Amino acid sequence: MEQQGPMNGAFDFFYPDSRAGKDSFEMGEQAIEERASLLAISKAGLLLENIDLFISGDLLNQITSSGFTARNLGLPYLGIFGACSTSMQGLILASFFVSCGYAKYALASTVSHNCTAEKQFRYPNEYGCQKPPYAQYTATAAGSAVVGLAKPGSQIKVVCGTVGKVVDLGVTDPFQMGAAMAPAATDTILTHLKDRQVEANYYDAIVTGDLGFVGREICWDLLSRSGFVYEKERFYDCGCLLYGKNPKVFSGGSGCGCCASIAYGHFCKLLMEKKLKRILVVATGALLSPLSSQQKESIPAISYAVALEGVDA
Amino acid sequence: MSKKPKVQLWYKNILDEKTPKKPILSNCIKAFVFGGLLCVVLQLVQNLLVGYLAFDQKEAASVSLVLLIAATALLTGLGHYDKLAQIVGAGLAVPITGFANSVASALIEYRSEGYVLGSGCNSFKLAGAVVVFGVVSAFFVALISLLLGVV
Repeated sequence: MEQQGPMNGAFDFFYPDSRAGKDSFEMGEQAIEERASLLAISKAGLLLENIDLFISGDLLNQITSSGFTARNLGLPYLGIFGACSTSMQGLILASFFVSCGYAKYALASTVSHNCTAEKQFRYPNEYGCQKPPYAQYTATAAGSAVVGLAKPGSQIKVVCGTVGKVVDLGVTDPFQMGAAMAPAATDTILTHLKDRQVEANYYDAIVTGDLGFVGREICWDLLSRSGFVYEKERFYDCGCLLYGKNPKVFSGGSGCGCCASIAYGHFCKLLMEKKLKRILVVATGALLSPLSSQQKESIPAISYAVALEGVDA
Repeated sequence: MSKKPKVQLWYKNILDEKTPKKPILSNCIKAFVFGGLLCVVLQLVQNLLVGYLAFDQKEAASVSLVLLIAATALLTGLGHYDKLAQIVGAGLAVPITGFANSVASALIEYRSEGYVLGSGCNSFKLAGAVVVFGVVSAFFVALISLLLGVV
């Protein structure tokens, strides 16, 4: 699915089967993350020994994909959970450790898998239930970033990040992820712009995590009501980009791997090619569990924003 | 103590405006037509069983249901059932196919956790509710019919 999408250029590697050659979907998910992490390290021109800290999270119970990847990599490990916002949560933490001097190089990874997410959050994969048109499709993808102090040849700089507040406007339908997360994204974007005292136009692109087509419209609407002025063409959403308009994914992609792969694979490439200069990546996550939604709880959502800049060599 | 936020009205208005509606009418029509066709086909099978293989009416009904369950399990295993169900919805969920699929899909899904604790324990994860409430309602129906019979 990901390979057939318009964003297949963003990926370094595709697995032909959904178990990535392993016995179970869960083991496959872990293998995908491990491969992405190792690829990121080698692309940074580093060795595994150079990495001081591995920060990672995923969607599975007890974030096992990340834990098992950390076991195989043998690196000091911090496990995090931010649902689909994990990519930027990890990037903020990695940048923090590096800028404080506690780590020379930190690796931030995340992964999601459609089949394991379906199994955990919804129904068995082969179970036939009708999904509404605003549902989203969890991406099977992983993304990793290595953060280190600036050195000659560095091409992208992490400028700053905004840790968002949990926002909950009371959406209870677990299929309405975009609607649940849009207010959180809105809040974080506005807070970020206020904190930095810049206009939205300061950024060449604002990239939200995985609101999907429905959530993007809602987010845009909320932002516009707050006096946010920007060009809608430059207001991207990874969930919309990953698969394009594909009826199989309904409102678009979601999952940790969606924002990570598109932000790192597509937008960082554009930064390196100097097609973009400054971008704001706003990853969004819905902090629900199947239990909480069965207990009729609403869906709290979080959002993290990270400003990235291309560096003139 | 409980602090469950309700959807605020202003946000609900935005949601109603921006969220695409479920195509309820077309879903109903598809479900009706497909579910009806499925029953017609099954009736034909029954008639064939009675006419050509000398089953009696009751046996033919059981055998045709078993065939339908087997077909569902096969389609589930081959990965076609969920795609079909997305299109026809209740047309597949209401006949016995929905029940068969819920068991078959769970059996496949939890195979990776082992035969006993995985597939075995989880096979009625979704179908269990049907069994429980089926038995409970059958009990009450039986009770009512008994009472009516006495009176």
